Amino acid sequence: MNNLTLIAGLLMLMAVAYQIGLMRSRAVARTDSERMHSRPVYYGWLVALWCGVPALFVFGLWSLLEPAVIRSIVIGALPAELADMPAQQVSVLMNRLGHIASGFGVAGEVAPWEAAAAEQLTRLQAISQLAKIALMASLAMAGVLMARRHIRPSLRARNHVEKVIAALLAICAGVAVLTTVGIVFSMFGEAMHFFSFVSPMEFFFGTTWNPRFSTTGAGGQGEFGLLPLLWGTLMVSIIALLVAVPIGLMTAIYMAEYAPSWLRSVAKPVIEVLAGIPTIVYGVFALMVVGPFFASVGDMLGIQIRATSALTAGFVMGVMIIPFVSSLSDDIITQVPQSLRDGSLGLGATRSETIRQVVLPAALPGIVGAFLLAASRAIGETMIVVLAAGNSPVLHANPLEAVSTVTVTIVNQLTGDTDFASPQSLVAFALGLTLFVITLALNVVALYIVRKYREQYD
Amino acid sequence: MKMISPDVIGQRKESSEVASKAKMSARSVRVFYSEVEAIKGIDLDIMENEVIAFIGPSGCGKSTFLRTLNRMNDTIEDCRVEGTVTLDGQDIYDPSLDVVMLRAQVGMVFQKPNPFPKSIYDNVAYGPKLHGLARGRGDLDEIVENSLRRAGLWDEVKDRLDKPGTGLSGGQQQRLCIARAIAVSPEVILMDEPCSALDPIATAKIEELIDELSSQYSIAIVTHSMQQAARVSDRTAYFHLGELIEVNNTEKVFTQPDHHLTEAYITGRFG
Repeated sequence: MNNLTLIAGLLMLMAVAYQIGLMRSRAVARTDSERMHSRPVYYGWLVALWCGVPALFVFGLWSLLEPAVIRSIVIGALPAELADMPAQQVSVLMNRLGHIASGFGVAGEVAPWEAAAAEQLTRLQAISQLAKIALMASLAMAGVLMARRHIRPSLRARNHVEKVIAALLAICAGVAVLTTVGIVFSMFGEAMHFFSFVSPMEFFFGTTWNPRFSTTGAGGQGEFGLLPLLWGTLMVSIIALLVAVPIGLMTAIYMAEYAPSWLRSVAKPVIEVLAGIPTIVYGVFALMVVGPFFASVGDMLGIQIRATSALTAGFVMGVMIIPFVSSLSDDIITQVPQSLRDGSLGLGATRSETIRQVVLPAALPGIVGAFLLAASRAIGETMIVVLAAGNSPVLHANPLEAVSTVTVTIVNQLTGDTDFASPQSLVAFALGLTLFVITLALNVVALYIVRKYREQYD
Repeated sequence: MKMISPDVIGQRKESSEVASKAKMSARSVRVFYSEVEAIKGIDLDIMENEVIAFIGPSGCGKSTFLRTLNRMNDTIEDCRVEGTVTLDGQDIYDPSLDVVMLRAQVGMVFQKPNPFPKSIYDNVAYGPKLHGLARGRGDLDEIVENSLRRAGLWDEVKDRLDKPGTGLSGGQQQRLCIARAIAVSPEVILMDEPCSALDPIATAKIEELIDELSSQYSIAIVTHSMQQAARVSDRTAYFHLGELIEVNNTEKVFTQPDHHLTEAYITGRFG
């Protein structure tokens, strides 16, 4: 019986428990003169929960602990000469034993002691599975019986169910939070691993990016200077914001203050479609259309503009984030109370005077927040830059030349054959962590600004 | 039965004799929101230097009518105005008329105090700057001080003119809004329930202020408080379901109303 059928079985048991609770509460209601506290449904639910929750808890705990326990037993029973294996070799061995036990993917000759260990592994797993099922079944039964016995008019089943629901919701919220924390921690660990190869000073302040691939061997381990990449990211993002901020903001002002409602109802969704286009499509567009166009414009003007450059990538990225800026700013501008507009118009200000002198100052903190959110989006953007920025991690200040960004470099370091123990791959974690810290800081600042100034005009 | 005590009424009787010439006149004014007729043909004059109160149950159109007097209804989509409204004989709905200048002449104070997110000084200086009323900094300082003085706020804020106007108390904010309105030297001031968000003490200050301002401006005030109408106004107009039922000297409206609807409203039988 595998785990899926086990869970299915438990769910069916819960359904039965629900019916038992339902019937019991009705029976109690008939015999007892006192009025039941809750409707029968809640007693049904309570019994079902008592049936399912403890068993599920045991199931989770068991699944968590079982592999480690079995492993230590198997390892403990191995012949004495194998006792001091390094950790990595142990996990390789456990994999091999698993393969032998299941009979799939066994490479090479099976030694007698291996066969014995594999057999022990199979046996232990079977025992553990049986024990688990037995424990879960008895817990479920006990839960049903106990809960059923407790059904009486004074039992506040409705309130108990409410608590369980609250706990369930909290657990779901916790999953999201824990995932974030987990990702950060694992990145942090790997980044630390990387810093054992390359000193943080060299990484954060190095001006050369030249990670030789480990296969080329002897000649040192390459240089991992972050600055060229960070500078590339910055340059592309600034160009993107230069495109997106004016256009996005003016779009927002038009939409919020001038556009008649029919136009607004048509144009707003159309603009927001821009945000729904996959970034790879933007990348292709940048590579095939915008880049060559800029290059030919450069030829006309007698300036050397590379087709794949910071300018191309930044421009297209700017187009991509227009809807972020415009739709966030639009929301914020519409939130400025009408009374402020009335006050200004009532003093004989024109509409644009009102917008410039009253509406925008009132909305400014929120708009700045919108810009920062757009900026953090631009910094984290990958596909457009992979295709259109030219991938040249050199420190220079010319936006018409090719650059490389942090995200592009992560892609480069992790595509193709990679050895996850080499600094060439591990650097991806350090880069990712840096990127994460930057965008996190931007988001925090943005949210802080938005929140701080919002309360002022409520 | 709740009648307004006679000693409150007619406090302003002596000044009401002055009012003679019409400052603004509305003739068969109708206002539509989409197809709904909110104002159904109103004729009303606002005299020079008088305080006229508009009273009536909620949704009777008194605020809408007030807003037609400086074309604030223009900002509402689907709002249409028929009939004529004149200011000093000039039709304010004439297409050639500059709305912006009209609103400088007919100022407005709103229900909720709405100071701009600027300093106290800049709040008051906002209008004069827009209309170029000041010749330089000193001139502007003078306008600001005068307006704040006339709004009775100068002594309270003179040491913190550079602090945000939103940091004042509700009553102070409303007086700031009045100062802001008089800084552009309007001829008529429209007030849309200016005290509805204020406590009784702040209300008393505003009422006192209205009384003082009436020596220089024509004031139209919408109010839900009949005591307030009785205290501050020379004449009172009673609105009911988009129609003007009765307009008369305040004393007469509150003691011997001509129309039974007016009587029912002021005695609290509905509203």
